[in-house]
Amino acid sequence: MKELSLNILDIAENSAKARASLIEITIKEAANLLTLIIKDDGTGMSEKTLCSVIDPFYTTRTTRKVGLGIPLLKMACEMTGGKLEIKSREDDGSGAPHGTTVVATFYTDHLDFTPLGDVISTVITLIQGHPDIDFAYKHSLKGGEVTLDTRELRAVLEDIPLDTYDVILWIKENLADQYEAINK
Amino acid sequence: MKSLAELQAIKERMKNKVILREGSGEVRVVVGMATCGIAAGARPVLNAFVEAVNNSDLAGKVTVSQTGCIGICQFEPVVEIYEAGKEKTTYVKMTAEKAQEIVEKHLKGGKPVSEYTIGSNS
Ligand SMILES: Nc1ncnc2c1ncn2[C@@H]1O[C@H](COP(=O)(O)OP(=O)(O)OP(=O)(O)O)[C@@H](O)[C@H]1O
Ligand SMILES: [Mg+2]
Repeated sequence: MKELSLNILDIAENSAKARASLIEITIKEAANLLTLIIKDDGTGMSEKTLCSVIDPFYTTRTTRKVGLGIPLLKMACEMTGGKLEIKSREDDGSGAPHGTTVVATFYTDHLDFTPLGDVISTVITLIQGHPDIDFAYKHSLKGGEVTLDTRELRAVLEDIPLDTYDVILWIKENLADQYEAINK
Repeated sequence: MKSLAELQAIKERMKNKVILREGSGEVRVVVGMATCGIAAGARPVLNAFVEAVNNSDLAGKVTVSQTGCIGICQFEPVVEIYEAGKEKTTYVKMTAEKAQEIVEKHLKGGKPVSEYTIGSNS
C-alpha cells in the first residue's frame, strides 16, 4: 500500500465485514514509534482462523482464495522493525464480549516506513460506506490529539444518517481543523 | 473550528429534506473496496464520485456505495453502475479523473464512456 492510511481503511473493512457495531481506530505517535490499534466488537475469529490469518494463502472468502489485507499490514510494520499482534475472541452466542484487536507497531525513522498519508480520507470513506457502524477515531501526536466519535455526532443528528453529504463534509473539515490546530 | 452547533444546523436543514431523499437509488454507483481495490486506488475514486454526484443535481437520483471484491483484481479499481431497466456497466482501472468524466458523460449525459469499460480493456 502506498500509504499507511490505506492499510487502516482495509483492516477496518475486515471489522465491518465481521459485523462490528463499534470500530475504534487509535494511532499513537511517540518519539520514533507509531502504534496503530484497530479494535472491533464483531464476530471475532476462532483460534484456527486466527493462526492461519497471517498466512497469505488463508481466507474465508470464496471469490478469491488469497486474503491479502493482514499479510500486507504485517509486512508494512515488520519492514520497519515493528510487529503485528492480533487478539480475537469469537462470538460463542453466550452474550460474552467478543471481537478482534489488531495492534501494529512501526518505527517511523526506518527507511521503509510508509507515511500515514491521508488519514482523514480513510475516516470519511469508512463512515460513508458504513453509516450504521460507530467509529471512534483517536490520533495522539506530539502537539496534541485529534478525535472523532460518531456516537457523539449521532446524538446531535438523531435520525439524520451519518452518510449525508453535508455531514461527511462537516466531519472532513472538523478533522482538518483539529490537525491544523495541532500543527500551528 | 467546525462546531457541533454547525452539525445541529445541518440536522435542522436535513429534517425538511428527508422526503426528497425518497425515490433515490434509481442509479447505483458501486465501488469495489476490498484490499485489491484499495491498493489500486479505490479510495480517491470513491470520494470523487461522492463529491461529483453531491455537487450536482444528481444527488437525489444516484447513490454511491461500496462493496467487497468484485473478483477481477487485475482490473481494479473497478466501478459498477446499475440503472433501472438497463444492463450493468463495469468500468475498470479507474481514477478520480475518470470518475469525474463518467459523472458528466454517463450519469448526466446518459452515454457510457465505452473506452473505460471492461469490454474495451480485456
Ligand atoms: N476484524 C476481524 N474480525 C473477524 N475476522 C477477521 C477480522 N479480520 C480478519 N478476519 C478474518 O481473517 C481473514 C483474512 O483477512 P485478510 O484481510 O487478510 O483477507 P480478506 O479480508 O479475506 O481478503 P482481502 O484480501 O480482501 O483483505 C478474513 O477473511 C476473516 O476471516
Ligand atoms: Mg481484508
